Amino acid sequence: MSLLELKHIYKIYGELHALDDVSMKVEKGEWVSIMGPSGSGKSTMMNIIGCMDKPSKGEVLLDGVDISKESSKNLTTVRRDKIGLIFQQFHLVNYLTAVENVMLAQYYHSIPDEKEAMEALERVGLADRARHLPSQLSGGEQQRVCVARALINYPEIILADEPTGNLDEANEEIVVDLFHKLHDEGTTLIVVTHDPEVAEVAQKTIVLRNGRVVKEVVNQNFTGKIHFSEEGTHVTKTDLKSEEEIKAEESK
Amino acid sequence: MKKRQMYFRMIIASLMRRRSRMLVALLSIAIGATVLSGLVTIYYDVPRQMGAQFRNYGANMIFTPAEDKLTLEEIQQGAAVLNGKDVVGIAPYRYENVRIHERPVVIAGTDMTGAQATSPYWHVEGSWPSADGQIMIGAGIAESFRLKMGDLLEVSYTPEEAGEDAETVVDRITEFEITGILDTGGSEEDYVYVSLADLEALTEKPDSIDVAELSISATSEELAAYAEQISNAVPAVNARLVKRVTASETTVLTKLQALVLLVTIVVLALTMICVATTMTAVVTERRKEIGLRKAIGASDASIIKEFLGESMMLGGLGGILGSILGFIFAQQVSIHVFSSSISFMPALVPITILVSVLVTGLSSLMPIRSATEVDPALVLKGE
Ligand SMILES: Nc1ncnc2c1ncn2[C@@H]1O[C@H](COP(=O)(O)OP(=O)(O)OP(=O)(O)O)[C@@H](O)[C@H]1O
Ligand SMILES: [Mg+2]
Repeated sequence: MSLLELKHIYKIYGELHALDDVSMKVEKGEWVSIMGPSGSGKSTMMNIIGCMDKPSKGEVLLDGVDISKESSKNLTTVRRDKIGLIFQQFHLVNYLTAVENVMLAQYYHSIPDEKEAMEALERVGLADRARHLPSQLSGGEQQRVCVARALINYPEIILADEPTGNLDEANEEIVVDLFHKLHDEGTTLIVVTHDPEVAEVAQKTIVLRNGRVVKEVVNQNFTGKIHFSEEGTHVTKTDLKSEEEIKAEESK
Repeated sequence: MKKRQMYFRMIIASLMRRRSRMLVALLSIAIGATVLSGLVTIYYDVPRQMGAQFRNYGANMIFTPAEDKLTLEEIQQGAAVLNGKDVVGIAPYRYENVRIHERPVVIAGTDMTGAQATSPYWHVEGSWPSADGQIMIGAGIAESFRLKMGDLLEVSYTPEEAGEDAETVVDRITEFEITGILDTGGSEEDYVYVSLADLEALTEKPDSIDVAELSISATSEELAAYAEQISNAVPAVNARLVKRVTASETTVLTKLQALVLLVTIVVLALTMICVATTMTAVVTERRKEIGLRKAIGASDASIIKEFLGESMMLGGLGGILGSILGFIFAQQVSIHVFSSSISFMPALVPITILVSVLVTGLSSLMPIRSATEVDPALVLKGE
């Protein structure tokens, strides 16, 4: 059984199909990149997986349970227990210190543990910045605090929507390195990115366009340790639709 | 670390590190609490204040003779029944008919110090008579006889024994110096006033007092009890309350307290509106943070708990500030309006804090409810 499975997901805003019959599987421990032009539905998909939004149609199976029709209260519980979120704009509580921001995730999940939170900050290399407020941290440091916060409760999936979008190359590298470490430890990662360099370090890249999956590529150069059976579901699918077909459809 | 510790750590961090924002909210709560605790202090202090105030409106008890006239001694016997320190002043009055410039005028003999105490609102131009041979005249007399201060005035008295045999009787004439002109707006302006001693000298007849006015510091009930005691103890004296003043004291008090109550309710409502508005602004300003908290797993209940905690903490701080400032406020009002200081009511401090916490919490409920409606997916998207 896959950890996450989307079955014919639609998200419809009036006339607009933000997601249009999207199906996909993510295995436990897998690292998946999602690419696509602006407006292709990447964030919409992440919000649905992250239990912050519900699809208009279709099923979302997380650990075999369909969460697409859950009440928002139950979704909060699922999100809290199973998902770690990282955003492009960092999003830290601006009046709490780095370590308090990490403890916040513990607070809602179970019980805050300052020692454990400090260890998480150590892992992202920010032990000496633990008592700083977000405004006293650089963008890269803030994003590393967000990574520490996302991993503190050992979530089943870490969802990152453009985590390096606001970072320079040096910081991008630090964050990608952190993803490598998490992946090595068996964490499932789904990372939305515009940056091919960030995308290609993943095991699999899914390309969206106009709310449809147009490409699913297995990264041949993937160097990380792989935690699931080699054969598994990882077959390179050729383009579901050719670029020409898509263009023809768009012009209609 | 316990969950509760983290909860307070967050709330205190929010209040301390977002200080400038929170000061505005705190200020409105503190002002509300100040006015409320101040008004309540005045509300409870007003009866005391008003008692003293009404004494300024003159005598609240009079002694009238049971038979024809009173003597000074009988008045003193009556006054002896009273608790000495409650007596503000005693003014005996003796009225006689005299003639000035051949026209009849009523002359009053009194104890000037006592009259000053029992009629504090009398306005005297010049000064009260302080020695023999001095006279104070009413403004009405001054006008009709065209008299002014410093003038010498001849007062003639016809002894009663005159009767039919008028020719054999000689009028007694005394010359007085006018030291003051009395302006009261009432009938007192048509009399002239001399000391009892002078009047006795003029009439050659002692101790025939018509009435004594007393100003006593006591409540209406105490006064009534006093009046009965005196009438019983000194048969020559008929002690009565001056109804007009004691009755109006009660009505004015009730009206004043109703007014204070009304203002209190209005201020309470205004404070609630102010707090609700501020909290709405705070919630709007922190939509991103609320969305983020929800995204990382906060339930609606915990969002409510956190914001309510913050506003109640502010309410508590505002209440503490309010009870201190409220006392100062009430003290100032009391000094400027009633010219006396008030006593500090310790019980009012916890009450003010409690009310402040409850009012702040209550008026924050609506804005905080709107916080739970924040959609994390929407607020966390983009800039
Ligand atoms: N709440 C909404 N109401 C209406 N339309 C929406 C809403 N949210 C998203 N959309 C539309 O859905 C489409 C997909 O949006 P989405 O945010 O998923 O794009 P994206 O792939 O994340 O783009 P970007 O790379 O710019 O972040 C867009 O055309 C957007 O305008
Ligand atoms: Mg997006």
